[in-house]
Amino acid sequence: MRLSEHVYHSISSVAGPLLFVQRVFDAKIGEVVRVVSPDGSRMDGEVLEINGDTVLIEVFGETRGLDIGMTSVIFTDSVRKVPLSQDIVGRIFGGSFNPVDGMPMFIPEKWTSITGAPMNPSARARPEEFIETGFSVIDGLNTLVKGQKLPVFSCSGLPSKEVVADVLKNSRLTVKRESFIVVFAALGLTFHEYSYYMKVLEEMKTGFVAFINSADEPVMERLLAPRFALTTAEYLAFEKGMDVLVIITDMTNYCDALREISTAREELPGRRGYPGYMYSDLASLYERAGRVRGSEGSVTLLPVLTMPEDDITHPIPDLTGYITEGQIVLSRELHRMGVFPPVDVLPSLSRLMQKGIGKGRTRDDHRQISNNLYKYYARGRDVRRLEAIVGREGMTEQDRKMLDFAESFEKEFVNQGSGRRTIAETLDTGIGLMRRFSLEIS
Amino acid sequence: MTGRILGISGPTVSIGVCGLKLYERVYVGHAMLTGEVVRLEHDRSVIQVYEDTRGLAVGEPVKGVGHPLTVRLGPGLLSGMFDGLQRPLRRLRQEMGPFITSGSEVSGLDYREKWDFAPAIKAGDEVMHGGVLGSVKEGSLSHYLICGADSGGLVREISGREFRLDEPIGEYDNGRMIYGWQEWPVRNPRPYRKKIPPAGPLVTGQRSIDFLFPIAKGGTAIFPGGFGTGKTILEQAIAKFADVDVVVYVGCGERGNEMAEMIEEFENLKDPWTGKQLMERTILVVNTSNMPVAAREASIYTAVAMAEYYRDMGYHVLFLADSLSRWAEALREISSSLQEMPGEEGYPTYLASRLSGFFERAGMVETLGGKIGSLTMILSVSPPGGDFTEPVTQACLRTAGVFLMLDTGLAHRRHYPAINWFQSYSLYAEELGGYFREKVSAEWQTLHRRCREVLQKEEVLREVFEIVGAEGLQDADRLLMFIAEKIRTKFLAQNAYSDDAFSSPEKMFSLIRDIFEFYDRASEKILQGTTLEDVLKSGAGP
Repeated sequence: MRLSEHVYHSISSVAGPLLFVQRVFDAKIGEVVRVVSPDGSRMDGEVLEINGDTVLIEVFGETRGLDIGMTSVIFTDSVRKVPLSQDIVGRIFGGSFNPVDGMPMFIPEKWTSITGAPMNPSARARPEEFIETGFSVIDGLNTLVKGQKLPVFSCSGLPSKEVVADVLKNSRLTVKRESFIVVFAALGLTFHEYSYYMKVLEEMKTGFVAFINSADEPVMERLLAPRFALTTAEYLAFEKGMDVLVIITDMTNYCDALREISTAREELPGRRGYPGYMYSDLASLYERAGRVRGSEGSVTLLPVLTMPEDDITHPIPDLTGYITEGQIVLSRELHRMGVFPPVDVLPSLSRLMQKGIGKGRTRDDHRQISNNLYKYYARGRDVRRLEAIVGREGMTEQDRKMLDFAESFEKEFVNQGSGRRTIAETLDTGIGLMRRFSLEIS
Repeated sequence: MTGRILGISGPTVSIGVCGLKLYERVYVGHAMLTGEVVRLEHDRSVIQVYEDTRGLAVGEPVKGVGHPLTVRLGPGLLSGMFDGLQRPLRRLRQEMGPFITSGSEVSGLDYREKWDFAPAIKAGDEVMHGGVLGSVKEGSLSHYLICGADSGGLVREISGREFRLDEPIGEYDNGRMIYGWQEWPVRNPRPYRKKIPPAGPLVTGQRSIDFLFPIAKGGTAIFPGGFGTGKTILEQAIAKFADVDVVVYVGCGERGNEMAEMIEEFENLKDPWTGKQLMERTILVVNTSNMPVAAREASIYTAVAMAEYYRDMGYHVLFLADSLSRWAEALREISSSLQEMPGEEGYPTYLASRLSGFFERAGMVETLGGKIGSLTMILSVSPPGGDFTEPVTQACLRTAGVFLMLDTGLAHRRHYPAINWFQSYSLYAEELGGYFREKVSAEWQTLHRRCREVLQKEEVLREVFEIVGAEGLQDADRLLMFIAEKIRTKFLAQNAYSDDAFSSPEKMFSLIRDIFEFYDRASEKILQGTTLEDVLKSGAGP
């Protein structure tokens, strides 16, 4: 504990979002600092590295206008914490936890560090409670369960926000619980997207908490907003017993911010310039989803990311896919054909589906139906490739049937417009489709 | 040795103290975080800290303990669940709730637990390092207490009774006490008398492994695959069904929910070989992806030291790690925070030598006590972007005996286990073929060869088929394609969630024999002029 506030005017260099301060006494790693620029504006920063009495600071704000002689840096002696209270529900905050909905800050019940401690693996409860999203292609074939982290892999120009909005509006637990809440973190969102999401959130009857960093706001705040969101989510879930759905969009902006800070630090770049620790860093966010044994609440995470150049092997979707429990992949081709949601079934996957479906959770025949639909559709897609070579005439009766099935599957099962389907409707649609083509359900 | 912190960068801390040894264990800061010395310079030492360094300040004290990072070995490890530093996760949870905070030290062994000791030696005997002192019952396994490296000598007194781990079980003539547990530095391989060549397969119950690409007891296998190819499911299936005495499973930088699922499953499943609860033969070492990076690097060493300890009792031990890439990435992260010169893709240049050194800890050995034990390693690799030319996969390929390539294409078709039968190989296939010929059937190797032949020919035919269509192929070729499909769907594919998840060598042999018997009968009929349609209609296929 320091008895007085430490203020320094000894900045030795400013490079992008980074400051070097010299002759600092007893700095802590991760310590929060206030940077006061010559014109009196204040910004937050954090200690990234200490070497003797030289300290490297990352500034969460615009460093334009800082100078070397006049700018002062105040060390606060504490790591970054956020205020929490039940009153946070229904509020909208900016990228540095400042209220942007015109209302005053709430009175905090407690302050919690934003990094969060890792959950003891032996304290985790297995995610197995079905969440009905209302989309057949998710509920039927890539089932989401409570406590899961399931990202949406989108491409630029695809309606990922409409998909997410519908999931938000339509998600419901089969076992009714009152305390369902959405925590929404927007990173680098354009005003257009922001207003769309806000409209959706306001229309919803359940509560929400939002953290908004728009496209023109400081890049470094994008590293904080998801942590604010997850810390809030953990508090509401594990201390207040709520079921929390966290939506973070767009993770690609987060990763780009991470790359920016990494290059400013002159670290060795990894693949495509992203830092080598990006896997661990993403995991420190994604792994905060889950359920705790003996606790009511849950944190379910639905990050949205845009695959640069539609490339699923790009480091951002690649590392995400290695951490999350499956992925929902949107397809440009289906979108062009007017299918909504344009989810490509083949590369999509929900790893926790097996435990969340079947008797007592969804329906007895769920697994059987989903396996069969997948099998026939996959065969249909194979045959479609063949069609390009030999033409429809050169194919056997059976192959033509598979071709037609694949098409009907996309048009009738995957495509559902903005309508909501219950799980029973989803499964019945699937059965109906297979019966119509007199396909054996094994 | 104590000193003060000079600088902090991520998980590495530099301190101004000399006199520490390389790889000595240290306590860092007021929070007493665990660390390890990784570099010595003339006036400062660099430490890698195994816990979150957030909140650590310059000037805080650092204390050396005089010995390297160790594991505690003794009864009570089986069915345990530890983090990368051998802290017991269940007891940690009882003590501090569902989240792990830094700076908590709990011993890997529970010293309050009581064990019924039956000595194998008596007063007046001389015992040396590696000699057996006696045994206790750990679950259904006889846990042999072995004389540690720094003890041994003439025994003055030893008695069979119930004891707690912190109580001595006897005394040496030189006045030193005999304890039922020992400490071992994790980065040192435990000694053995000699290594012997692998003999006999490790039966996994997976047809595509045991039949096509068998793994030897004491061998090493890797399976690389992009995400969604079923690495973890396959790894867990092997952990469940392998015919070994002890399984050490390392969840290295992977998902927490997956571990929760696995624990629950293992507590409810029975070992197919002994009928005992599966958890009783399993040790879990878990360092999920959000737990500290440096501890992830240490976790595979912590685990392998425990595996070697059971090997030294003369048991067959299986070491599974999921995934080695996460370990390599941790190594890379630490290396870059030490500002070392990077090699390929930022990995340190010593990646390959560290890996091969690690792989060499596998093997079938004659222990110091004269028993035969084995340590088999099966490791998954997660190549970024599913690209097998990356450094970790390539470094593993140089030392691993079995390479099982998991194929994204097969996984998309939901063909599991998605082991690609063209690219994968087993260097033990020839030796183990002899074993199966003796134990299962004389035809084993013939069918193995024919099976691979059919799959190979199918690949060629498929190209033709795609151009000319089914009508353009001769009946014999179409029959071959039919058989190949049967092999793929009925033999190689295996559902990990059904009763078929485990297949004994006898069962898999009869399956493949049926397919080929049908093939032979059908080929003959086609030779005699029957059309393929009639053949398929007339006979019950395999």
